[in-house]
Amino acid sequence: MLAYTFRRLLTIIPTLLIASILIFSFMHLMPGDPAAVMLGTNATPEQVEKLRVQLGLDRPIYIQFATWFKDAFRGDLGDSIFFQSPVLSVIQNRAETSIFVATFSMLIILILGIPIGVISAVKYNTVLDQLTMGFAMLAASIPTFWLGLNLMILFSVNLNWLPSSGFPSVVESGNLNNLKYLILPCVTLAAPNSALIIRLTRSSMLDVMKEEYVKTARAKGLKESIVILKHIFRNAIISIVSALGFTFIALLSGTVVTETVFSLPGVGRLVVQSVLRRDYPVIQGIIFVVVILYVFINLLTDLSYAFLDPRISYE
Amino acid sequence: MRLSKSFFKKLFRRKITIVGAAILVVIISMALLSPLIAPYDPMKINPIDRLQKPNSTHWFGTDNFGRDIFSRIIYGARITVLSGFGVVIFSIVFGVVLGSLSGYFDTLGMFIMRVIDVVMAFPPIMLALALVAILGQGLINVIVAVGAVYLTRTARITYGLTLKIRKDAFVEAAVAEGAGNGRVLFLHIIPNLISPIIVQATFTFAFALLQMAALDFLGVGIPPQIPSWGNMLSSSQDYITRAPWLLLFPGIFIVITVLSFNLFGDALRDRLDPKFKDEL
Repeated sequence: MLAYTFRRLLTIIPTLLIASILIFSFMHLMPGDPAAVMLGTNATPEQVEKLRVQLGLDRPIYIQFATWFKDAFRGDLGDSIFFQSPVLSVIQNRAETSIFVATFSMLIILILGIPIGVISAVKYNTVLDQLTMGFAMLAASIPTFWLGLNLMILFSVNLNWLPSSGFPSVVESGNLNNLKYLILPCVTLAAPNSALIIRLTRSSMLDVMKEEYVKTARAKGLKESIVILKHIFRNAIISIVSALGFTFIALLSGTVVTETVFSLPGVGRLVVQSVLRRDYPVIQGIIFVVVILYVFINLLTDLSYAFLDPRISYE
Repeated sequence: MRLSKSFFKKLFRRKITIVGAAILVVIISMALLSPLIAPYDPMKINPIDRLQKPNSTHWFGTDNFGRDIFSRIIYGARITVLSGFGVVIFSIVFGVVLGSLSGYFDTLGMFIMRVIDVVMAFPPIMLALALVAILGQGLINVIVAVGAVYLTRTARITYGLTLKIRKDAFVEAAVAEGAGNGRVLFLHIIPNLISPIIVQATFTFAFALLQMAALDFLGVGIPPQIPSWGNMLSSSQDYITRAPWLLLFPGIFIVITVLSFNLFGDALRDRLDPKFKDEL
Protein backbone atom coordinates (compact mmCIF):
# COMPACT_ATOMS: atom_id res chain seq x y z
CA MET A 1 0.00 0.00 0.00
CA LEU A 2 2.86 2.37 0.86
CA ALA A 3 4.63 1.68 -2.45
CA TYR A 4 1.34 2.22 -4.32
CA THR A 5 0.75 5.52 -2.49
CA PHE A 6 4.30 6.67 -3.27
CA ARG A 7 4.01 5.75 -6.97
CA ARG A 8 0.63 7.49 -7.18
CA LEU A 9 2.08 10.60 -5.51
CA LEU A 10 4.83 10.76 -8.13
CA THR A 11 2.26 10.92 -10.93
CA ILE A 12 1.03 14.23 -9.51
CA ILE A 13 4.25 16.03 -10.46
CA PRO A 14 3.85 16.01 -14.29
CA THR A 15 0.13 16.74 -13.94
CA LEU A 16 0.77 19.82 -11.82
CA LEU A 17 3.59 20.94 -14.12
CA ILE A 18 1.41 20.71 -17.25
CA ALA A 19 -1.50 22.40 -15.44
CA SER A 20 0.81 25.22 -14.33
CA ILE A 21 2.10 25.77 -17.87
CA LEU A 22 -1.47 25.87 -19.23
CA ILE A 23 -2.70 28.25 -16.54
CA PHE A 24 0.37 30.46 -16.91
CA SER A 25 -0.11 30.54 -20.70
CA PHE A 26 -3.67 31.73 -20.15
CA MET A 27 -2.68 35.39 -19.79
CA HIS A 28 -0.24 35.16 -22.69
CA LEU A 29 -2.79 33.70 -25.12
CA MET A 30 -4.68 36.96 -25.05
CA PRO A 31 -4.48 38.86 -28.34
CA GLY A 32 -2.49 42.05 -27.77
CA ASP A 33 -0.83 43.34 -24.61
CA PRO A 34 -2.45 41.67 -21.55
CA ALA A 35 -1.89 44.79 -19.43
CA ALA A 36 -3.65 47.00 -21.99
CA VAL A 37 -6.54 44.51 -22.28
CA MET A 38 -6.99 44.38 -18.50
CA LEU A 39 -6.98 48.14 -18.06
CA GLY A 40 -9.38 48.76 -20.94
CA THR A 41 -9.37 51.42 -23.63
CA ASN A 42 -9.29 54.43 -21.27
CA ALA A 43 -5.92 53.59 -19.71
CA THR A 44 -2.93 55.83 -20.32
CA PRO A 45 0.36 54.35 -21.66
CA GLU A 46 1.95 55.06 -18.24
CA GLN A 47 -0.74 53.04 -16.45
CA VAL A 48 -0.29 50.18 -18.93
CA GLU A 49 3.50 50.22 -18.44
CA LYS A 50 3.09 50.27 -14.64
CA LEU A 51 0.84 47.20 -14.78
CA ARG A 52 3.23 45.46 -17.18
CA VAL A 53 6.02 45.89 -14.63
CA GLN A 54 3.71 44.89 -11.72
CA LEU A 55 2.73 41.67 -13.55
CA GLY A 56 6.32 41.05 -14.62
CA LEU A 57 5.36 41.13 -18.31
CA ASP A 58 8.50 43.13 -19.15
CA ARG A 59 10.73 40.12 -18.34
CA PRO A 60 11.58 37.14 -20.61
CA ILE A 61 8.77 34.53 -20.75
CA TYR A 62 10.76 31.69 -19.13
CA ILE A 63 11.68 33.92 -16.20
CA GLN A 64 8.03 34.96 -15.89
CA PHE A 65 6.99 31.30 -15.77
CA ALA A 66 9.70 30.31 -13.27
CA THR A 67 8.71 33.19 -11.00
CA TRP A 68 5.00 32.48 -11.33
CA PHE A 69 5.50 28.74 -10.71
CA LYS A 70 7.68 29.31 -7.64
CA ASP A 71 5.31 31.94 -6.20
CA ALA A 72 2.18 29.89 -6.94
CA PHE A 73 3.46 26.89 -5.00
CA ARG A 74 4.35 29.19 -2.11
CA GLY A 75 0.74 30.41 -2.08
CA ASP A 76 1.43 33.74 -3.82
CA LEU A 77 -0.97 33.89 -6.78
CA GLY A 78 -0.32 37.55 -7.49
CA ASP A 79 -2.58 40.53 -6.81
CA SER A 80 -6.12 41.16 -7.98
CA ILE A 81 -6.38 44.16 -10.33
CA PHE A 82 -9.88 44.99 -9.05
CA PHE A 83 -9.48 44.33 -5.32
CA GLN A 84 -5.85 45.49 -5.15
CA SER A 85 -5.13 42.67 -2.71
CA PRO A 86 -3.55 39.20 -2.93
CA VAL A 87 -5.55 36.76 -5.06
CA LEU A 88 -5.28 34.01 -2.43
CA SER A 89 -6.91 36.18 0.24
CA VAL A 90 -9.66 37.19 -2.23
CA ILE A 91 -10.33 33.46 -2.84
CA GLN A 92 -10.14 32.65 0.89
CA ASN A 93 -12.76 35.31 1.67
CA ARG A 94 -15.18 33.63 -0.75
CA ALA A 95 -14.24 30.02 -0.03
CA GLU A 96 -16.66 29.37 2.86
CA THR A 97 -19.78 29.68 0.69
CA SER A 98 -18.42 27.49 -2.11
CA ILE A 99 -17.17 24.81 0.29
CA PHE A 100 -20.59 24.65 1.97
CA VAL A 101 -22.46 24.62 -1.36
CA ALA A 102 -20.25 21.91 -2.93
CA THR A 103 -20.17 19.75 0.23
CA PHE A 104 -23.91 19.82 0.90
CA SER A 105 -24.68 19.23 -2.76
CA MET A 106 -22.34 16.23 -2.75
CA LEU A 107 -24.10 14.90 0.39
CA ILE A 108 -27.51 15.24 -1.30
CA ILE A 109 -26.17 13.43 -4.37
CA LEU A 110 -24.72 10.57 -2.31
CA ILE A 111 -27.65 10.22 0.10
CA LEU A 112 -30.28 10.25 -2.66
CA GLY A 113 -28.41 9.20 -5.81
CA ILE A 114 -26.84 5.94 -4.60
CA PRO A 115 -30.00 4.43 -2.98
CA ILE A 116 -32.11 5.44 -6.01
CA GLY A 117 -29.57 3.80 -8.32
CA VAL A 118 -29.52 0.63 -6.19
CA ILE A 119 -33.34 0.39 -6.10
CA SER A 120 -33.49 1.02 -9.85
CA ALA A 121 -31.07 -1.86 -10.50
CA VAL A 122 -32.85 -4.22 -8.11
CA LYS A 123 -36.18 -3.36 -9.75
CA TYR A 124 -34.61 -3.58 -13.23
CA ASN A 125 -37.02 -3.10 -16.13
CA THR A 126 -40.01 -2.37 -13.89
CA VAL A 127 -42.11 0.80 -13.96
CA LEU A 128 -40.11 2.10 -10.97
CA ASP A 129 -36.84 1.57 -12.87
CA GLN A 130 -38.17 3.34 -15.95
CA LEU A 131 -39.48 6.25 -13.85
CA THR A 132 -36.12 6.58 -12.14
CA MET A 133 -34.24 6.56 -15.41
CA GLY A 134 -36.71 9.07 -16.83
CA PHE A 135 -36.09 11.34 -13.83
CA ALA A 136 -32.31 10.99 -14.23
CA MET A 137 -32.52 11.82 -17.93
CA LEU A 138 -34.73 14.85 -17.24
CA ALA A 139 -32.49 16.06 -14.40
CA ALA A 140 -29.46 15.92 -16.71
CA SER A 141 -31.32 17.95 -19.34
CA ILE A 142 -32.38 20.91 -17.18
CA PRO A 143 -30.20 24.03 -17.22
CA THR A 144 -29.06 24.60 -13.62
CA PHE A 145 -29.88 28.30 -13.67
CA TRP A 146 -33.39 27.68 -14.98
CA LEU A 147 -34.09 25.11 -12.28
CA GLY A 148 -32.70 27.52 -9.67
CA LEU A 149 -34.88 30.41 -10.84
CA ASN A 150 -37.98 28.19 -10.89
CA LEU A 151 -37.28 26.88 -7.38
CA MET A 152 -36.75 30.48 -6.28
CA ILE A 153 -40.13 31.54 -7.69
CA LEU A 154 -41.88 28.59 -6.03
CA PHE A 155 -40.23 28.37 -2.61
CA SER A 156 -39.10 31.96 -2.03
CA VAL A 157 -41.53 34.18 -3.90
CA ASN A 158 -44.80 32.20 -3.87
CA LEU A 159 -44.56 30.04 -0.73
CA ASN A 160 -42.11 32.29 1.17
CA TRP A 161 -40.51 29.25 2.82
CA LEU A 162 -36.87 29.88 2.04
CA PRO A 163 -34.64 32.90 1.39
CA SER A 164 -34.03 33.65 -2.26
CA SER A 165 -30.53 35.10 -2.22
CA GLY A 166 -27.38 35.85 -0.22
CA PHE A 167 -25.62 33.83 2.47
CA PRO A 168 -24.60 35.41 5.80
CA SER A 169 -21.45 33.65 7.02
CA VAL A 170 -21.99 30.73 9.39
CA VAL A 171 -18.35 30.68 10.50
CA GLU A 172 -18.30 34.38 11.47
CA SER A 173 -21.74 34.54 13.09
CA GLY A 174 -21.85 30.98 14.46
CA ASN A 175 -25.52 30.97 13.47
CA LEU A 176 -26.40 27.60 11.94
CA ASN A 177 -29.80 29.00 10.90
CA ASN A 178 -27.97 30.73 8.05
CA LEU A 179 -27.59 27.33 6.40
CA LYS A 180 -31.21 27.65 5.23
CA TYR A 181 -29.88 30.13 2.66
CA LEU A 182 -28.08 27.21 1.04
CA ILE A 183 -31.02 24.78 0.74
CA LEU A 184 -32.25 26.02 -2.65
CA PRO A 185 -28.76 26.48 -4.15
CA CYS A 186 -27.67 23.00 -3.03
CA VAL A 187 -30.82 21.30 -4.34
CA THR A 188 -30.40 23.21 -7.62
CA LEU A 189 -26.80 22.08 -7.93
CA ALA A 190 -27.40 18.50 -6.77
CA ALA A 191 -30.34 17.68 -9.07
CA PRO A 192 -28.55 17.57 -12.46
CA ASN A 193 -25.39 16.08 -10.98
CA SER A 194 -27.29 13.30 -9.17
CA ALA A 195 -28.32 11.94 -12.60
CA LEU A 196 -24.79 10.68 -13.26
CA ILE A 197 -24.51 8.91 -9.91
CA ILE A 198 -27.97 7.32 -10.26
CA ARG A 199 -27.16 5.96 -13.72
CA LEU A 200 -23.68 4.87 -12.74
CA THR A 201 -24.85 3.09 -9.57
CA ARG A 202 -27.54 1.31 -11.54
CA SER A 203 -25.27 0.18 -14.36
CA SER A 204 -22.48 -0.93 -11.95
CA MET A 205 -25.01 -2.91 -9.92
CA LEU A 206 -26.37 -4.53 -13.11
CA ASP A 207 -22.82 -5.46 -14.17
CA VAL A 208 -22.05 -7.11 -10.82
CA MET A 209 -25.43 -8.89 -10.75
CA LYS A 210 -24.29 -10.95 -13.76
CA GLU A 211 -21.23 -12.29 -11.89
CA GLU A 212 -21.02 -15.96 -10.97
CA TYR A 213 -20.38 -15.27 -7.28
CA VAL A 214 -23.75 -13.52 -7.04
CA LYS A 215 -25.46 -16.61 -8.41
CA THR A 216 -23.48 -18.71 -5.91
CA ALA A 217 -24.53 -16.45 -3.03
CA ARG A 218 -28.18 -16.83 -4.03
CA ALA A 219 -27.76 -20.61 -4.53
CA LYS A 220 -26.39 -20.84 -0.98
CA GLY A 221 -29.76 -19.52 0.17
CA LEU A 222 -28.55 -16.17 1.51
CA LYS A 223 -31.18 -13.54 2.20
CA GLU A 224 -31.73 -11.26 -0.83
CA SER A 225 -30.91 -8.14 1.22
CA ILE A 226 -27.52 -9.64 2.14
CA VAL A 227 -26.83 -10.60 -1.49
CA ILE A 228 -27.67 -7.06 -2.62
CA LEU A 229 -25.77 -5.18 0.06
CA LYS A 230 -22.78 -7.43 0.77
CA HIS A 231 -22.19 -9.12 -2.56
CA ILE A 232 -23.48 -6.76 -5.22
CA PHE A 233 -23.31 -3.25 -3.77
CA ARG A 234 -19.94 -3.81 -2.05
CA ASN A 235 -18.38 -4.66 -5.45
CA ALA A 236 -20.30 -2.04 -7.41
CA ILE A 237 -19.17 0.79 -5.16
CA ILE A 238 -15.68 0.99 -6.73
CA SER A 239 -17.07 2.38 -10.00
CA ILE A 240 -19.19 4.83 -8.01
CA VAL A 241 -16.17 6.05 -6.03
CA SER A 242 -14.29 6.55 -9.31
CA ALA A 243 -16.97 9.03 -10.41
CA LEU A 244 -16.71 11.14 -7.26
CA GLY A 245 -13.72 13.13 -8.50
CA PHE A 246 -15.55 13.91 -11.71
CA THR A 247 -18.72 14.79 -9.77
CA PHE A 248 -16.74 17.13 -7.55
CA ILE A 249 -15.43 18.98 -10.61
CA ALA A 250 -18.97 19.13 -12.02
CA LEU A 251 -20.15 20.60 -8.71
CA LEU A 252 -17.40 23.23 -8.68
CA SER A 253 -18.31 24.05 -12.24
CA GLY A 254 -21.95 24.28 -11.20
CA THR A 255 -21.20 26.72 -8.37
CA VAL A 256 -20.35 29.32 -11.03
CA VAL A 257 -23.96 29.36 -12.21
CA THR A 258 -25.72 28.51 -8.93
CA GLU A 259 -23.91 31.19 -6.92
CA THR A 260 -24.77 33.74 -9.60
CA VAL A 261 -28.48 32.76 -9.61
CA PHE A 262 -28.76 32.98 -5.82
CA SER A 263 -26.31 35.92 -5.44
CA LEU A 264 -24.08 33.91 -3.11
CA PRO A 265 -20.71 35.42 -2.15
CA GLY A 266 -18.69 32.42 -3.35
CA VAL A 267 -15.72 31.60 -5.56
CA GLY A 268 -17.97 30.56 -8.48
CA ARG A 269 -19.59 33.99 -8.67
CA LEU A 270 -16.17 35.56 -8.26
CA VAL A 271 -15.06 33.84 -11.49
CA VAL A 272 -17.92 35.42 -13.43
CA GLN A 273 -17.33 38.84 -11.87
CA SER A 274 -13.59 38.57 -12.63
CA VAL A 275 -14.28 37.69 -16.28
CA LEU A 276 -16.56 40.71 -16.60
CA ARG A 277 -13.97 42.91 -14.82
CA ARG A 278 -11.10 41.41 -16.84
CA ASP A 279 -9.33 40.61 -13.56
CA TYR A 280 -7.14 37.87 -15.07
CA PRO A 281 -4.91 37.14 -12.04
CA VAL A 282 -8.04 36.15 -10.08
CA ILE A 283 -9.31 33.87 -12.89
CA GLN A 284 -5.85 32.27 -13.13
CA GLY A 285 -5.64 31.87 -9.35
CA ILE A 286 -9.08 30.25 -9.00
CA ILE A 287 -8.42 27.77 -11.82
CA PHE A 288 -5.04 26.91 -10.26
CA VAL A 289 -6.61 26.26 -6.83
CA VAL A 290 -9.44 24.19 -8.36
CA VAL A 291 -7.05 22.05 -10.41
CA ILE A 292 -4.89 21.37 -7.33
CA LEU A 293 -8.04 20.41 -5.40
CA TYR A 294 -9.07 18.09 -8.23
CA VAL A 295 -5.65 16.44 -8.39
CA PHE A 296 -5.73 15.73 -4.66
CA ILE A 297 -9.33 14.53 -4.68
CA ASN A 298 -8.40 12.14 -7.49
CA LEU A 299 -5.42 10.98 -5.43
CA LEU A 300 -7.69 10.27 -2.46
CA THR A 301 -10.14 8.49 -4.78
CA ASP A 302 -7.39 6.27 -6.19
CA LEU A 303 -6.08 5.48 -2.72
CA SER A 304 -9.58 4.60 -1.62
CA TYR A 305 -9.77 2.05 -4.49
CA ALA A 306 -6.75 0.34 -3.02
CA PHE A 307 -8.54 0.30 0.33
CA LEU A 308 -11.83 -0.97 -1.15
CA ASP A 309 -10.20 -3.50 -3.48
CA PRO A 310 -6.82 -4.79 -2.19
CA ARG A 311 -6.03 -6.32 -5.62
CA ILE A 312 -5.33 -2.82 -6.95
CA SER A 313 -2.42 -2.34 -4.52
CA TYR A 314 -0.56 -5.34 -5.83
CA GLU A 315 -0.74 -4.37 -9.52
CA MET B 1 -22.24 1.62 -39.83
CA ARG B 2 -24.91 0.44 -42.25
CA LEU B 3 -28.06 2.51 -42.45
CA SER B 4 -30.26 -0.44 -43.35
CA LYS B 5 -34.00 -0.73 -42.71
CA SER B 6 -33.33 -3.00 -39.72
CA PHE B 7 -30.91 -0.41 -38.28
CA PHE B 8 -33.70 2.18 -38.09
CA LYS B 9 -36.20 -0.43 -36.91
CA LYS B 10 -33.96 -1.35 -34.00
CA LEU B 11 -33.01 2.27 -33.34
CA PHE B 12 -36.64 3.29 -32.98
CA ARG B 13 -37.83 0.18 -31.15
CA ARG B 14 -38.55 2.32 -28.07
CA LYS B 15 -41.42 4.78 -28.44
CA ILE B 16 -39.56 7.38 -26.40
CA THR B 17 -36.80 7.47 -29.04
CA ILE B 18 -39.41 8.22 -31.70
CA VAL B 19 -40.71 11.08 -29.53
CA GLY B 20 -37.17 12.42 -29.08
CA ALA B 21 -36.42 12.21 -32.80
CA ALA B 22 -39.76 13.84 -33.68
CA ILE B 23 -39.03 16.76 -31.34
CA LEU B 24 -35.60 17.18 -32.92
CA VAL B 25 -37.17 17.28 -36.39
CA VAL B 26 -39.58 19.99 -35.17
CA ILE B 27 -36.77 22.06 -33.60
CA ILE B 28 -34.53 21.77 -36.68
CA SER B 29 -37.49 22.66 -38.93
CA MET B 30 -38.17 25.70 -36.73
CA ALA B 31 -34.55 26.72 -37.17
CA LEU B 32 -34.60 26.29 -40.95
CA LEU B 33 -38.02 27.84 -41.55
CA SER B 34 -37.98 30.62 -38.93
CA PRO B 35 -38.98 33.48 -41.28
CA LEU B 36 -41.93 31.44 -42.57
CA ILE B 37 -43.21 30.27 -39.19
CA ALA B 38 -42.64 33.30 -36.93
CA PRO B 39 -45.75 35.49 -36.85
CA TYR B 40 -43.83 38.67 -35.88
CA ASP B 41 -40.41 40.23 -36.37
CA PRO B 42 -38.46 38.94 -33.32
CA MET B 43 -36.46 42.17 -33.02
CA LYS B 44 -39.34 44.62 -33.44
CA ILE B 45 -39.79 46.75 -30.32
CA ASN B 46 -43.39 47.57 -29.49
CA PRO B 47 -43.64 49.44 -26.13
CA ILE B 48 -47.47 49.44 -26.11
CA ASP B 49 -47.54 45.63 -26.01
CA ARG B 50 -44.83 45.20 -23.34
CA LEU B 51 -45.10 42.33 -20.82
CA GLN B 52 -48.36 40.93 -22.17
CA LYS B 53 -49.45 37.57 -20.77
CA PRO B 54 -49.81 34.67 -23.23
CA ASN B 55 -52.95 35.38 -25.28
CA SER B 56 -54.49 34.63 -28.67
CA THR B 57 -52.40 37.35 -30.40
CA HIS B 58 -49.12 36.59 -28.66
CA TRP B 59 -49.22 32.86 -27.82
CA PHE B 60 -46.24 32.99 -25.47
CA GLY B 61 -46.75 36.63 -24.39
CA THR B 62 -44.37 39.55 -24.95
CA ASP B 63 -41.17 40.71 -23.25
CA ASN B 64 -40.24 44.02 -21.63
CA PHE B 65 -39.73 45.60 -25.07
CA GLY B 66 -43.07 44.30 -26.37
CA ARG B 67 -41.35 41.72 -28.61
CA ASP B 68 -43.29 38.55 -29.37
CA ILE B 69 -41.84 35.65 -27.32
CA PHE B 70 -43.10 32.93 -29.69
CA SER B 71 -41.34 34.55 -32.66
CA ARG B 72 -38.17 35.04 -30.63
CA ILE B 73 -38.23 31.37 -29.60
CA ILE B 74 -38.58 30.30 -33.24
CA TYR B 75 -35.65 32.49 -34.27
CA GLY B 76 -33.85 31.38 -31.11
CA ALA B 77 -34.03 27.80 -32.41
CA ARG B 78 -31.97 28.93 -35.40
CA ILE B 79 -29.15 30.41 -33.33
CA THR B 80 -29.31 27.56 -30.80
CA VAL B 81 -29.11 24.82 -33.45
CA LEU B 82 -26.46 26.72 -35.40
CA SER B 83 -24.24 27.27 -32.37
CA GLY B 84 -24.80 23.67 -31.19
CA PHE B 85 -23.67 22.35 -34.58
CA GLY B 86 -20.74 24.75 -34.48
CA VAL B 87 -19.57 23.29 -31.16
CA VAL B 88 -20.09 19.72 -32.39
CA ILE B 89 -18.13 20.29 -35.62
CA PHE B 90 -15.29 22.09 -33.82
CA SER B 91 -14.99 19.52 -31.04
CA ILE B 92 -15.32 16.50 -33.35
CA VAL B 93 -12.87 17.73 -36.00
CA PHE B 94 -10.13 18.72 -33.53
CA GLY B 95 -10.95 15.94 -31.07
CA VAL B 96 -10.77 13.21 -33.71
CA VAL B 97 -7.56 14.57 -35.23
CA LEU B 98 -5.83 14.90 -31.83
CA GLY B 99 -7.21 11.59 -30.52
CA SER B 100 -6.39 9.52 -33.60
CA LEU B 101 -2.89 11.02 -33.99
CA SER B 102 -2.25 10.33 -30.29
CA GLY B 103 -3.48 6.76 -30.60
CA TYR B 104 -1.43 6.10 -33.73
CA PHE B 105 1.87 7.76 -32.80
CA ASP B 106 2.93 6.63 -29.33
CA THR B 107 5.35 9.41 -28.37
CA LEU B 108 3.14 12.19 -29.67
CA GLY B 109 0.17 10.50 -28.01
CA MET B 110 1.86 10.38 -24.63
CA PHE B 111 2.41 14.14 -24.75
CA ILE B 112 -0.99 15.15 -26.19
CA MET B 113 -3.01 12.87 -23.92
CA ARG B 114 -1.23 14.12 -20.77
CA VAL B 115 -2.22 17.66 -21.75
CA ILE B 116 -5.78 16.53 -22.58
CA ASP B 117 -6.05 14.76 -19.20
CA VAL B 118 -4.98 17.92 -17.41
CA VAL B 119 -7.41 20.09 -19.39
CA MET B 120 -10.18 17.65 -18.42
CA ALA B 121 -9.38 18.47 -14.77
CA PHE B 122 -10.50 22.06 -15.39
CA PRO B 123 -14.19 22.61 -14.52
CA PRO B 124 -15.91 22.96 -17.94
CA ILE B 125 -17.71 26.23 -17.35
CA MET B 126 -14.66 27.82 -15.71
CA LEU B 127 -12.55 26.78 -18.69
CA ALA B 128 -15.15 28.11 -21.12
CA LEU B 129 -15.34 31.38 -19.15
CA ALA B 130 -11.55 31.70 -19.15
CA LEU B 131 -11.44 31.11 -22.91
CA VAL B 132 -14.19 33.67 -23.52
CA ALA B 133 -12.18 36.07 -21.35
CA ILE B 134 -9.16 35.51 -23.61
CA LEU B 135 -10.96 35.44 -26.97
CA GLY B 136 -13.60 38.05 -26.20
CA GLN B 137 -17.37 37.75 -26.60
CA GLY B 138 -19.10 36.88 -29.87
CA LEU B 139 -20.83 33.89 -31.40
CA ILE B 140 -17.71 32.37 -33.01
CA ASN B 141 -15.60 32.84 -29.87
CA VAL B 142 -18.25 31.21 -27.68
CA ILE B 143 -18.45 28.26 -30.11
CA VAL B 144 -14.65 27.92 -29.98
CA ALA B 145 -14.59 28.18 -26.16
CA VAL B 146 -17.30 25.55 -25.59
CA GLY B 147 -15.94 23.41 -28.46
CA ALA B 148 -12.48 23.46 -26.86
CA VAL B 149 -13.98 22.13 -23.61
CA TYR B 150 -15.68 19.21 -25.35
CA LEU B 151 -12.93 18.35 -27.82
CA THR B 152 -11.01 16.88 -24.87
CA ARG B 153 -13.76 14.27 -24.35
CA THR B 154 -13.86 13.40 -28.05
CA ALA B 155 -10.05 13.17 -28.16
CA ARG B 156 -10.03 10.81 -25.16
CA ILE B 157 -12.62 8.49 -26.72
CA THR B 158 -10.93 8.58 -30.15
CA TYR B 159 -7.53 7.89 -28.57
CA GLY B 160 -8.78 4.76 -26.79
CA LEU B 161 -10.51 3.46 -29.91
CA THR B 162 -7.51 4.17 -32.18
CA LEU B 163 -5.24 2.24 -29.82
CA LYS B 164 -7.60 -0.72 -30.15
CA ILE B 165 -8.28 -0.52 -33.91
CA ARG B 166 -4.63 -0.06 -34.92
CA LYS B 167 -3.95 -3.61 -33.71
CA ASP B 168 -6.77 -5.07 -35.82
CA ALA B 169 -5.82 -7.40 -38.69
CA PHE B 170 -7.15 -5.12 -41.44
CA VAL B 171 -4.92 -2.25 -40.29
CA GLU B 172 -1.89 -4.53 -40.08
CA ALA B 173 -2.74 -5.81 -43.56
CA ALA B 174 -2.86 -2.24 -44.91
CA VAL B 175 0.53 -1.50 -43.34
CA ALA B 176 1.94 -4.75 -44.80
CA GLU B 177 0.71 -3.66 -48.24
CA GLY B 178 2.83 -0.55 -47.86
CA ALA B 179 0.16 2.02 -47.02
CA GLY B 180 1.60 5.21 -45.51
CA ASN B 181 0.66 6.59 -42.07
CA GLY B 182 -1.76 9.15 -43.53
CA ARG B 183 -3.53 6.52 -45.63
CA VAL B 184 -3.83 4.09 -42.71
CA LEU B 185 -5.09 6.79 -40.40
CA PHE B 186 -7.56 8.54 -42.69
CA LEU B 187 -8.76 5.62 -44.83
CA HIS B 188 -8.63 2.71 -42.43
CA ILE B 189 -8.78 3.91 -38.83
CA ILE B 190 -10.92 7.08 -38.78
CA PRO B 191 -13.78 5.60 -40.92
CA ASN B 192 -14.09 2.86 -38.28
CA LEU B 193 -14.56 5.47 -35.56
CA ILE B 194 -17.69 6.94 -37.14
CA SER B 195 -20.25 5.09 -34.98
CA PRO B 196 -18.88 6.12 -31.57
CA ILE B 197 -18.19 9.62 -32.90
CA ILE B 198 -21.82 10.03 -33.95
CA VAL B 199 -22.93 8.94 -30.48
CA GLN B 200 -20.44 11.37 -28.90
CA ALA B 201 -21.64 14.16 -31.23
CA THR B 202 -25.22 13.71 -30.06
CA PHE B 203 -24.27 14.05 -26.40
CA THR B 204 -21.88 16.92 -27.16
CA PHE B 205 -24.76 18.77 -28.80
CA ALA B 206 -26.89 18.35 -25.66
CA PHE B 207 -24.07 19.43 -23.32
CA ALA B 208 -23.16 22.34 -25.59
CA LEU B 209 -26.71 23.69 -25.48
CA LEU B 210 -26.67 23.66 -21.67
CA GLN B 211 -23.20 25.16 -21.51
CA MET B 212 -23.93 27.92 -24.02
CA ALA B 213 -27.23 28.76 -22.33
CA ALA B 214 -25.31 29.06 -19.05
CA LEU B 215 -22.74 31.39 -20.64
CA ASP B 216 -25.57 33.51 -22.10
CA PHE B 217 -27.21 33.61 -18.68
CA LEU B 218 -23.93 34.76 -17.08
CA GLY B 219 -23.71 37.57 -19.62
CA VAL B 220 -20.56 36.32 -21.37
CA GLY B 221 -22.10 34.26 -24.15
CA ILE B 222 -23.70 35.17 -27.45
CA PRO B 223 -24.16 38.99 -27.71
CA PRO B 224 -27.39 39.97 -25.87
CA GLN B 225 -29.12 41.46 -28.92
CA ILE B 226 -29.22 38.00 -30.59
CA PRO B 227 -32.37 36.13 -29.47
CA SER B 228 -30.79 32.88 -28.30
CA TRP B 229 -32.84 30.95 -25.72
CA GLY B 230 -30.11 31.53 -23.13
CA ASN B 231 -30.15 35.29 -23.76
CA MET B 232 -33.95 35.31 -23.45
CA LEU B 233 -33.64 33.64 -20.04
CA SER B 234 -30.87 35.99 -19.00
CA SER B 235 -32.97 39.07 -19.77
CA SER B 236 -36.01 37.55 -18.02
CA GLN B 237 -34.32 37.62 -14.60
CA ASP B 238 -35.57 41.08 -13.64
CA TYR B 239 -39.16 40.13 -14.45
CA ILE B 240 -39.48 36.65 -12.97
CA THR B 241 -42.20 37.70 -10.51
CA ARG B 242 -44.07 40.08 -12.83
CA ALA B 243 -43.78 38.07 -16.05
CA PRO B 244 -42.91 34.43 -15.29
CA TRP B 245 -43.71 33.42 -18.90
CA LEU B 246 -40.45 35.10 -19.94
CA LEU B 247 -38.66 32.46 -17.90
CA LEU B 248 -40.98 29.57 -18.67
CA PHE B 249 -41.02 29.21 -22.45
CA PRO B 250 -37.33 29.55 -23.41
CA GLY B 251 -36.48 27.21 -20.50
CA ILE B 252 -38.98 24.58 -21.64
CA PHE B 253 -37.55 24.70 -25.16
CA ILE B 254 -34.00 24.23 -23.87
CA VAL B 255 -35.10 21.28 -21.69
CA ILE B 256 -37.03 19.48 -24.43
CA THR B 257 -34.25 20.00 -26.99
CA VAL B 258 -31.52 18.73 -24.63
CA LEU B 259 -33.75 15.88 -23.48
CA SER B 260 -34.45 14.88 -27.10
CA PHE B 261 -30.74 14.84 -27.94
CA ASN B 262 -30.04 12.77 -24.81
CA LEU B 263 -32.82 10.29 -25.65
CA PHE B 264 -31.66 10.01 -29.24
CA GLY B 265 -28.03 9.68 -28.14
CA ASP B 266 -28.96 6.91 -25.71
CA ALA B 267 -30.83 5.02 -28.43
CA LEU B 268 -27.92 5.41 -30.85
CA ARG B 269 -25.48 4.20 -28.21
CA ASP B 270 -27.66 1.18 -27.42
CA ARG B 271 -27.77 0.39 -31.12
CA LEU B 272 -24.15 1.12 -32.00
CA ASP B 273 -22.42 -0.01 -28.81
CA PRO B 274 -23.73 -3.44 -27.80
CA LYS B 275 -22.01 -3.18 -24.40
CA PHE B 276 -24.67 -0.72 -23.25
CA LYS B 277 -27.58 -2.49 -24.85
CA ASP B 278 -30.51 -2.85 -22.42
CA GLU B 279 -28.51 -1.44 -19.55
CA LEU B 280 -28.74 2.34 -19.61
